[in-house]
Order: sequence, then structure tokens, then C-alpha cells
Amino acid sequence: MADIVVKTEDVVKEYRMGSNILRALDGINIEIERGEYISLMGPSGSGKSTLFNMIGALDRPTEGQVYIDGQNMSQLSQRQIAAFRCHRVGYIFQSYNLLHVRSAHGNVTLPMIFAGIPDRQRNEKAEQLLDLVGLGDRMYHLPDELSGGQRQRVAIARALANDPSIILADEPTANLDTITGREIIDLIKRLNTDQGVTVISATHDLKMLDVSDRIVDIRDGLVERIRNRDEIDIEVGEVGSEGH
Amino acid sequence: MQQRTPIEEQIDLPFVESLRISFQSLKIRFGRSIITTAGITLGIAFLVSVWTNNEIGLALQESGRQSTINTFEETTEKGISTKDIWLIVMSLIVCVVGIANSMLMAVTERFREIGTMKCLGALDGFVVRLFLLESGFQGFSGALIGALIGTLGAVLLGLKDYGLDLFFYFPLFPVQPEDGTMRLGVIVVILLGCVLGMILAVIGSAFPAWRAAKLPPAEAMRTEV
Ligand SMILES: Nc1ncnc2c1ncn2[C@@H]1O[C@H](COP(=O)(O)OP(=O)(O)O)[C@@H](O)[C@H]1O
Ligand SMILES: [Mg+2]
Repeated sequence: MADIVVKTEDVVKEYRMGSNILRALDGINIEIERGEYISLMGPSGSGKSTLFNMIGALDRPTEGQVYIDGQNMSQLSQRQIAAFRCHRVGYIFQSYNLLHVRSAHGNVTLPMIFAGIPDRQRNEKAEQLLDLVGLGDRMYHLPDELSGGQRQRVAIARALANDPSIILADEPTANLDTITGREIIDLIKRLNTDQGVTVISATHDLKMLDVSDRIVDIRDGLVERIRNRDEIDIEVGEVGSEGH
Repeated sequence: MQQRTPIEEQIDLPFVESLRISFQSLKIRFGRSIITTAGITLGIAFLVSVWTNNEIGLALQESGRQSTINTFEETTEKGISTKDIWLIVMSLIVCVVGIANSMLMAVTERFREIGTMKCLGALDGFVVRLFLLESGFQGFSGALIGALIGTLGAVLLGLKDYGLDLFFYFPLFPVQPEDGTMRLGVIVVILLGCVLGMILAVIGSAFPAWRAAKLPPAEAMRTEV
């Protein structure tokens, strides 16, 4: 039996703006297996970030259920949700969301502070992680002193701090140039293959296609189709042969 | 679907961790902290100067001295002119509104930071505690500086009105004159100013911080400056 990490059941999210109701998610059903690299693809406004927020317990669905590791998220207490965000998930955002008052190192230690990890242990771990993402020589720089790619690396190191089983990434390459974006994708892919972290990434970056195990196409708040690795390879080939 | 290890409860952080995080935050955003603190300083300086000026006026009136300019004012039975009461009330309002406003602005521009901390596992209460500490410290230091500036201003004004007699009759300590009223004295006014500044700053910051901490992180992070 497949080991399902994330399962959504008829997830609906409505945003209320005055008297208007916007249905950003219109009944999403997906199952994600442990260790998969999943890309949520779709045009801007299709609901990728909204789904990202539902899976990451950053917002509550209007209807439907989200299960992580078999646990129904709507049944968790505030403290359990905080612990879930702290230990189970690492978040990576398009705009990095680093705390600009803390150095790269300080950003990476923060989730470990929240996890109650002692001083020395978390300092060492932060150094290791920053080394891993290639920022060993920039540890004590403030985010403002780093490039976009470097900031995203800090965010990745921070996402890994408490050894999460899931990495959630919302358009992690959207603010980066092609080459830097490629490096970030490779880094995330490496975590996926080397450490077995499940990666769920919203994107409309085609570079993400060939590292993904499956692609979930989202359109107007619905799953339009789900493509597997082998189907993707063919399409990537086609895109390549067209020579743009 | 198999059940993995159940999701644990998030722990509370030791107080020193909060203290460290909040002081580091104040240090790094020093420029911005100064601006917010200056708002508190101004409010309290205004309040304390008006108040101290009033204390000085009363003390010297009792001593029989007359201000060169205040003689024509109508006075209430207790010797406080309605104009002075009005001034004190006005300065209190300016103080409350000014401090609440500068704290509110300072917190609003940090909604994103609040959302991010919650993503990393911060409990709502921890976020509020950080803001309590930061604003309490800012409030106290800003108000202390403001109170000293305000007192200095009142003393200079008093010198102009009463000359060196001022120091002879200076109402430093609380006294209770025979008419049963209470004179707070300048020291108490300064202390009250500090406490008031701190309380206002803490309320002005903790309330919006609490509202932001209660939001789902996705919403808190959406807010743009
Ligand atoms: N907090 C919100 N309030 C109102 N509307 C929102 C909110 N968040 C997203 N939306 C709307 O929901 C739809 C889906 O948005 P989003 O999930 O951000 O799309 P994507 O990430 O695919 O670009 C869009 O129409 C967007 O305007
Ligand atoms: Mg989006």
C-alpha cells in the first residue's frame, strides 16, 4: 500500500470580499505519496497558493478536509498546529519571507528556537544547513545584504531546520533569473532524492517539469489533470524539439 | 492511510528567549525604533511639561509669589485654572492618540513578520509577548526621556515667570496643603509620565499584535507594508 503523506478531500476555499464570494478552490482531491516531488502547475490566479496554504495549515478550508500523515488537520488544537508547522513542514515562498532583523544564521535558528532545541545544538545545525545550501561564507549577513538566490537558499536552509517530512514551496523561482532558478530547483530536487523529503511546489516555471514525479494541473480552483513522470518526459522532449 | 506518529503539542519558550529575540529586533531596526520611540517621547514631554508647569504655578502661588503673566486668570477654588485643566486634558489626549498611532503603525508594518514567525512554529501568545517586551521597553525609555525634556521645559518657563524664586519653592516632592487638595510634586509627575507612556505603548502595540497573531499566517503574510 502506498504511503500517503498528504490527502485532500473536496477542499473548497472561498474568499469573501464585501458581498462577493470568490471560490478560489472548488473541490480539490489529491493524494501525495511520501518522497514524491509534486508540482502544482497552473496560470496565475488558478488557486495554487490557496492550495499551498491549505496543505501547509496556513489557512483553513471553507469546506472539505486535509489529512497529513493520516491526521485530520481540522481536528488539531492551536498548539498542535504550531507544532505541525514547526516540525513537519518546511515552507519556501516566492518572496523568501526572511525576517530582515535576523542574519541568515538567525533565520535558520528561529524554527529550532521554537522547537526548544538547545543553544549550541541549534547553532551547529544552522551552520551545517547553511553550508549545505552553499552559504557557508555568508552566515552572519542580514538578508538585505544577500542576493535573491542567496536569500532563497537561506529560506531553504530554514525550511530544513527541524527535519520536516514535507517541503512546501510556493513559486520558489519566480523572483529569480533562469540560472539562479535552475540552481534552486536542483537544490530542492537534491533534498528530495538524498533525504527523501516530500516536495510539493506550486510553480509555473517549466524548468520544474523534468524534476517532478507528478504534475498536478490546476485551473480555476479545480484539478484539471494529473500527469506522471513518463508522460512529462515526452512533453519535455516535444518542447525541446520545437526549439521554442 | 496509515497513522504516523501523532502530532505533538507546541512547547512554551523560556522567557530569556523572548527577551533575546525582542532586543535583537530592537537593535537591528534601531532607526525605526527611534522614530517610534520619539513619538512616545513627544507625547509624554508635552504632558509632563504642562503638568509640571501647573505644579510649579500652584506651589509658587501658595508661597505668595505671583506670576508676571498669570495674575489675571480666573482660578477655581482649589487654585487650578480651568485653562490649566483644559491644557492637561488636551495634552493627555494628544499623548494617548500619538502613542497609540505610532505603535499601531509600527506593528502594522510587521504583519508579514508575524505571519512568518507563525509559519515557523510560533504560538500566538509568543508573538504577543515579543511585542509586549519590545513596546514596554520602548515605552519606558521613550517616556523617561520625554518626562525629563518636559520637566526641563517647565523649569525654563518657570524661570521666566518667577525668576530664581522658582528653585526656592520648587515642588519636587508631594505635599498636602491645608485646603485638603493633593500636590503631586515633580518627581511623582515624572514617574506617572513614565508609567503612562509605558502602559500606552504596551496597549497600543499589544492590541494590534494580538489581532495579527490570531490571523491565519496566510492572511498575515498577505498584508503589504
Ligand atoms: N486572501 C484573499 N482574499 C481574496 N481573494 C483571494 C485571496 N487569496 C487569493 N485570492 C484569490 O483567489 C484566487 C486564487 O489565488 P491564488 O491561490 O493566489 O492563485 P495562484 O497562486 O495560482 O496565482 C485568485 O483569484 C485570487 O485573487
Ligand atoms: Mg500564487
